[in-house]
Amino acid sequence: MAEQLYNAIFVGSIYALFAVGFALVFSVLDILNLAHPVVFMLGAFVALFFMSTFGLPAALAAVAAFAVTGMFGIFLDRVAFAPLRRRGAPPLSAMISSLGFAIVVIRLMELRYGPDLVSYPAGSLPQTVLQIGDARLDGLRLLIIGLAIVLMVGLTYVVRATQLGRDIRALAENPRAARLLGVDVDRAIAATFFISSGLGGVAGALLGFAYNAIYPQMGTPYELKAFTVMVVGGMGSLPGAVLGAYILGIGEIAALVFLPAELAELRDALAFGLLFLVLVIRPRGLLGHRVADRA
Amino acid sequence: MDALADFLRVYQTTVGVIGINALLALSVWLTLYAGQLTLGNAAFMAIGAYGSALLGMRMGVPFPLGLTLGALLAAALALPLGLAVFRLRGVYLAIATIGFGEVLRVVLLTVPFTGKALGLNGIPAITELWHIYLSLAVVAYVLWRVQGSTVGRAWAAIREDEIAAASQGIAIRRYKLAAFVAGAAIAAWAGGLSAHLNFSIEPGDFGFTRAVQILVFAVVGGTPSVAGPIVGATLLTALPEVLRPLKEYRDIFAGLILMGVIIYLPRGLVTLAELRKTRRLQEIGVADVA
Repeated sequence: MAEQLYNAIFVGSIYALFAVGFALVFSVLDILNLAHPVVFMLGAFVALFFMSTFGLPAALAAVAAFAVTGMFGIFLDRVAFAPLRRRGAPPLSAMISSLGFAIVVIRLMELRYGPDLVSYPAGSLPQTVLQIGDARLDGLRLLIIGLAIVLMVGLTYVVRATQLGRDIRALAENPRAARLLGVDVDRAIAATFFISSGLGGVAGALLGFAYNAIYPQMGTPYELKAFTVMVVGGMGSLPGAVLGAYILGIGEIAALVFLPAELAELRDALAFGLLFLVLVIRPRGLLGHRVADRA
Repeated sequence: MDALADFLRVYQTTVGVIGINALLALSVWLTLYAGQLTLGNAAFMAIGAYGSALLGMRMGVPFPLGLTLGALLAAALALPLGLAVFRLRGVYLAIATIGFGEVLRVVLLTVPFTGKALGLNGIPAITELWHIYLSLAVVAYVLWRVQGSTVGRAWAAIREDEIAAASQGIAIRRYKLAAFVAGAAIAAWAGGLSAHLNFSIEPGDFGFTRAVQILVFAVVGGTPSVAGPIVGATLLTALPEVLRPLKEYRDIFAGLILMGVIIYLPRGLVTLAELRKTRRLQEIGVADVA
């Protein structure tokens, strides 16, 4: 039971790291970034690259993954979103543009690494097992949970208490007014994408470390999960995304534990059923404060 | 005439899939035209496909009746669903309909009656090309006529400004529901045709990827007119065939083309002809032509 709860918190932490980046871009720019799963996947592969080519330890490789995918996020914005923004195109266009971008990057990675599972170099990941009572807990996952929480606290600090965070929030409120008030809007947008993609990339690297199996399409299942997480927590609310992520993580593991084996497949339906119910009953989610009918 | 017959023989499947994709694109165009961004049409397609195939294989229901029942079933499900999500707009509606689609997909994966992950195999291939293109012609003609009618203008008004439309006395709920339910029925009809064009169907055929693909057909083709979704579905379905010489770089070009169209032809491929006129108007200073 303790092991199941531990896994639930681990899964929730990965969902949360994935979803806060996704939610950040949505809350600031109203874009559903369908290339976010690609950034997640790239994080895992960037870590692999630094570990196998330069022999970097896993911890430093995760930092490298943050930096590289963060920069990649800025590139993504320049290529897929900036031209549309200049024209004032509807959010739907941005969604489709990021989809095209995602297809290109996934295919390029498949050409380079093949579509199959890739592992990290042998012996590069710490392997400790914590024995607490009867429960055997993977030590690496504890580190990952801790790191995820530190990153989310850091994100909250940046958004709430720094000048950059104030700029980003002003941009989210009204880009035009923010510009008139002297906010460097382009810099705030670049920072938004850097943070969002960096967090997505770290999430991918950490998930890769935990399972030691990465592949070019690994981000895709998390995309739909992230929708659920954002909707349950409240679209565009960062604390909501974190809360939603842990609810989903715990709910999924609970379904796995309590549902009979032949109905185990249904646990995914549970997640999406939850999503649907929240949207119908309380469209603004648990912690959302905006009205839901914004187009 | 012989050349055409040869072409059809070689590319029969592709030509059939193009027609079905065009029907699907029209089904989502209908809801987009009424201002609803829905990603649920893959699910309605699944209902039509599974419904008609199961009716035919297990109960011996004749094909046309099976297709009709599949479409009616989808419409009957779309009605309460449409009522439930009626208040949602934009991405909220899109995500809610994704949720519906995913629940349906997982149920199809779990229930033995629908063949679980293997889906249904050995569906008789009785869909003829003329079935598909006759359906497409009828649907396109009806939608074209509806677009110019009072109903079409009401949909456009709702899309542009729902509150203003309501204040003009347009029954928002009724019109939005009508578009949603009709779109579901068209998607289910296309699903039934496609199930009997291929040998087999499985839950994975009707997931998130398919839902987005249908939307992309309509948006890339262009939503101002009925021609847009048909053009979009035709070109994007034929594209992999056309790009075949590029082998493993095919998807990369497909992705780049998708980005190029959405960035440089914002109103879709069908507006390509108007592009020079638009440029000229911009040059002489007529703002906001698009």
